[in-house]
Amino acid sequence: MTDKRTTVDDIVGELRSGMTIGIGGWGSRRKPMAVVRAICRSDLSDLTVVAYGGPDVGLLCATGKVKKVVCGFVTLDSIALDPHWRVARQKGQVEVMEVDEGMFFQGLQAAAWRVPFLPTRAGLGSDVLTFNPDLRLVRSPYGPDSPFVHDPSDADVELVAMPALHLDAAIVHTNRADTAGNGQILGPDAFFDPLFLGAADRRFLTTERIVDNGALTDEGPLSAVVIHRILTDGVAETPGGAHFTANPPDYGRDEPFQKEYAASAGDADSWVAFAGRYVDVTDDEYRAHVAERGAS
Amino acid sequence: MTPDSPCTRAESCVIACADTWRDAGEIMVSPFGTIPSLGARLAKSTFSPDLVLTDGEAALMVGAPPIATRPADVVREAAMPYRTVFDVVWSGRRHIMMMASQIDRTGNQNISAIGDHRQPKVQLIGVRGAPGNSVNHPTSYWVPDHTVRTFVEHVDVVSGVGYERAAAAGAGATRFHDIRRVVSNLGVFDFETPDHTMRLRSVHPGVSVDDVVSSTSFALSIPDDVEETRLPTPEELELLRTVLDPGSLRDREVKS
Repeated sequence: MTDKRTTVDDIVGELRSGMTIGIGGWGSRRKPMAVVRAICRSDLSDLTVVAYGGPDVGLLCATGKVKKVVCGFVTLDSIALDPHWRVARQKGQVEVMEVDEGMFFQGLQAAAWRVPFLPTRAGLGSDVLTFNPDLRLVRSPYGPDSPFVHDPSDADVELVAMPALHLDAAIVHTNRADTAGNGQILGPDAFFDPLFLGAADRRFLTTERIVDNGALTDEGPLSAVVIHRILTDGVAETPGGAHFTANPPDYGRDEPFQKEYAASAGDADSWVAFAGRYVDVTDDEYRAHVAERGAS
Repeated sequence: MTPDSPCTRAESCVIACADTWRDAGEIMVSPFGTIPSLGARLAKSTFSPDLVLTDGEAALMVGAPPIATRPADVVREAAMPYRTVFDVVWSGRRHIMMMASQIDRTGNQNISAIGDHRQPKVQLIGVRGAPGNSVNHPTSYWVPDHTVRTFVEHVDVVSGVGYERAAAAGAGATRFHDIRRVVSNLGVFDFETPDHTMRLRSVHPGVSVDDVVSSTSFALSIPDDVEETRLPTPEELELLRTVLDPGSLRDREVKS
């Protein structure tokens, strides 16, 4: 069986400027931050980032890697809005395709199922359609005489045709994975991570710990292995790889660190200090600097 | 605060939120903000026992524990990851109370951005699930700071969809569209008017109709006799003060 173990640097080495990249997790929860930081340090540019946005989006915007963001929100959970995102938007530095969170889900699902769109009511009447003029409506082909119309108001009904959100690459962080590329999520919510992988051409996991194929059942229930190896091309072991976002049961969100991250959007000097200590450094240096400040 | 001291403004707001879910049956209630969360817990503890509440993460909670309950002490009855939440949203068995940075006369809500969306004056959290929620199941709003800047003639970004916009979008949008209530720190509002524009339903005790009018940028529909938001029963007040919120977190959201 193929051994899919790789490194963060090799994952980032497969990315190209201008790519559309999906990032798993949700808000400030289980984000593949080790890869995000490696992208920040790279010479990649003009990325389109597709995410249930958190500090992944904020950090990539702050380091000038992003051309466009596809999202329904960008939040740090315990801090309502990522201030780096706020700055990038208010200065007009990034484009945004802002959609309803459910539309986003359907866009990933459509890509994973290889259909061009999925119909939904979500978005109808809202400025999501005004601000994304490329979005189209679709009329149901089932008219009033169709045997399939359950409610007459659905005959010939017009719905949003949410387009497939095709990804050039997707990166997801899990609690455990095996050498074959199966991924196990021990926290309470897998979010949409399997769909990000299903929507992408190149599919990568980072994980707290890699175990032998077949040994994930020693780590937790088989039902938590929600990412099977058909969905993955490579897996990199990155202990603490989701820091400072929440990754239970391995660790919670590092709230003091997150506050420092948020505060670094306040002015150029604090950003330079933050980036010098936590972004423009190797992973080992990052971990050492985090440990020095007495954080978890 | 003693159990028999008078009902505060925050407590009126909790009661108004709770009554939003009266007779709602077995549906998921998703309250945003401290006061709507207390309202949902109060309703579930008393007159709407079948309501389904999440723990704010990925599970459904047994009962209606106090607002400050530590996550480790919450008893859970079922898993509710986000992907499953959309099954509930699109099934319609849900009534959400979202917050609104702006709300307008026909019930459009904005949580996305202030100013031009291409380069906002103030970036807000984003539309989140508001477009889909508002056309799929009953939706209400909570505005803890009712001013001419929050109750506006037209919102800058239509996130949650109001009546006029839903009608213009057609049957796909109107079939399940139902903006039920707006609760603010001043009163309760609905859209039960012939043209579905916002109506003052009740003022909280201590608030005058003039207070509401002068804090609202558009012309509200105002009945001849405006009721006062009902007072809590002694049992409800005791439950709120001694069990659900003994630390008075409610007063941090709405000052007395």
